[in-house]
Amino acid sequence: MPRSPLERLEARQGRPYTARPAAARGGQSDGESSMSQIEVRNLAKVFRVAERRAGLLGAFRGLVSRRMRDVHALAGVDFDIERGELVGYIGPNGAGKSTTIKILAGILTPTGGTCTIDGLTPWRDRRRHAARIGVVFGQRTQLWWDLPVIESFELLQRVYRVPEGLFASNRDRMVELLRLGPLLDTPVRQLSLGQRMRADLAAALLHGPKLLFLDEPTIGLDAAAKLAMRDFVRTLNREEGVTVVLTTHDMDDIEALCERIMVIGQGRILIDGGIDELRRRVGNERVLIVDFEEVLRLAALARELDGDGVRDVRVTGKRARIAFDAGVVAPAALIARVTARFEVHDLFVEHPPIEHTVADLYAEHGQGEA
Amino acid sequence: MVDTMALLGRYFGVSIRAQLQYRASFLLNATGQFVNSGIEFVGLWALFDRFGHLAGWTFAEVAFFYGVVNCTFAIADALTTGFDRFGSHYVKTGDFDRLLLRPRPAALQLAGHEFALRRVGRLLQGMIVLAWATSALDIPWDAARVALLTLTVTGGIAFFVGLMVLQATLCFWTTESLEIMNVLTYGGVETAQYPLSIYHVAFRRVFTFVVPLACIGYFPVVAVLGVDDPLGTGRVFQALAPLAGVAFLGLSLVVWSVGVRRYTSTGS
Repeated sequence: MPRSPLERLEARQGRPYTARPAAARGGQSDGESSMSQIEVRNLAKVFRVAERRAGLLGAFRGLVSRRMRDVHALAGVDFDIERGELVGYIGPNGAGKSTTIKILAGILTPTGGTCTIDGLTPWRDRRRHAARIGVVFGQRTQLWWDLPVIESFELLQRVYRVPEGLFASNRDRMVELLRLGPLLDTPVRQLSLGQRMRADLAAALLHGPKLLFLDEPTIGLDAAAKLAMRDFVRTLNREEGVTVVLTTHDMDDIEALCERIMVIGQGRILIDGGIDELRRRVGNERVLIVDFEEVLRLAALARELDGDGVRDVRVTGKRARIAFDAGVVAPAALIARVTARFEVHDLFVEHPPIEHTVADLYAEHGQGEA
Repeated sequence: MVDTMALLGRYFGVSIRAQLQYRASFLLNATGQFVNSGIEFVGLWALFDRFGHLAGWTFAEVAFFYGVVNCTFAIADALTTGFDRFGSHYVKTGDFDRLLLRPRPAALQLAGHEFALRRVGRLLQGMIVLAWATSALDIPWDAARVALLTLTVTGGIAFFVGLMVLQATLCFWTTESLEIMNVLTYGGVETAQYPLSIYHVAFRRVFTFVVPLACIGYFPVVAVLGVDDPLGTGRVFQALAPLAGVAFLGLSLVVWSVGVRRYTSTGS
């Protein structure tokens, strides 16, 4: 990666948030031409599953004749990911997230469409591709259960054919960043979940991949471990220029890390953009929170603010929460109206938590857990 | 190739160290294996003590067949724990994905799953029987005999590993490790403990041409013993027969790769 920190910064700031970024962005190629690092076109995956029949009798009948049903896990997915991006890939359970990740990692063959990662087709060049990427599944360890952490690392060095010098420097860097020093001689089965995840992250990066897939990396972690994990991913992305594709159900991960979010639902990309884009698409709801000088009656306030994009008003003591649509009434105009009528001590505008935004989106597309 | 062998060696080294952490467990397991196959051999002895010989074969000759196939199987068995547990341990839990995420053949990684040290019990027992039979029969160990026996054991290991690979391959379709394959593995060992010539002609054909068990046991061992084959095969055929075991492994690996392709297209 012949890139100076400044170039990296520029590349990051100039990164487009659309699904098909403009082609004209040279100057940061990896010797692989100016293609995006990941190019996915019209990717489709159909699973044929046997329908189960109810009861014991049904199970026996299933032995003789089976009714098959097609499940369209991916129904034409397109996106590009540039080198150095940190992309959040979210969607409800069963939307096609892990199917996509498995195809991108080379362990699942799609039914249709193409995918090129650094010039390779993952499922056709599985082993060569595997040598260049890192994958961490939050629910599953890459490490050998009975071995001390360091022995797993050394075994992986042989598996990935990492030269001694490179291995030593990568190992030392990971040990330092992930504070693994005291854990190296501990068998994996004795590690806490947070410790194990740190060791797993290191294991996925010992061969120096430039692309990392993280599948629910913070699942089950306590607050401190989550923060440490996010810090590490951020450092990896910003300082080492590693491209990261992250799936998660934890919206704090997304808000803390991702400049770009792709939302998948029913096998299609619903939204591809920044967090702002996501919010815009599901409505411009904001909440104006006002602390008044004296206790107000709800009726008085509500009468004053009726209409004009105000959706909901709640009053508790001196504080009022006013939910409004920023697309209909500008925050500044609303604030002006409130301050003109009442004595205001303090006020601020909030975004609704992104969970709500995403839940709305899933509901809009008729999917998701009730 | 060298690199692959080095990796496999590394896997085994790590696995052996891990097993030696549980010393009592290892010793009990290995002793169990030793006694278990030892009792089997005592049964064989009792049989010959009563009837003298078996269709012209003496006890020492049959003991030689017994020793060769048991040593072969013990080594193959130790190498294939990963394949043996493939259905329950890898396919059902989805852990197979983990192997596919690494830049090495999945079969190689499975072979490296665990080197089952406890099989040393069966190996030791087989070697003792073999040593006794050798001295009882007064076999002159010239270079040709040593080379042929080495080839026989190598071909035999390849054959039994091939069987285990086939057994694992079935799991891509059924996920259950099929007991039916035990008929061929354990049943195969039982069968090969006796000379092929005592079996019905239909069995002989199956064990020569379909499941080439006789090619890694009976035929080359006849040549090592230096006796004439009652079935009338020649020395050249007998000496080359173990190569069938290697071919069998090759074929198994082809079938295996079809299974892997099926797995990566169905994702289950």
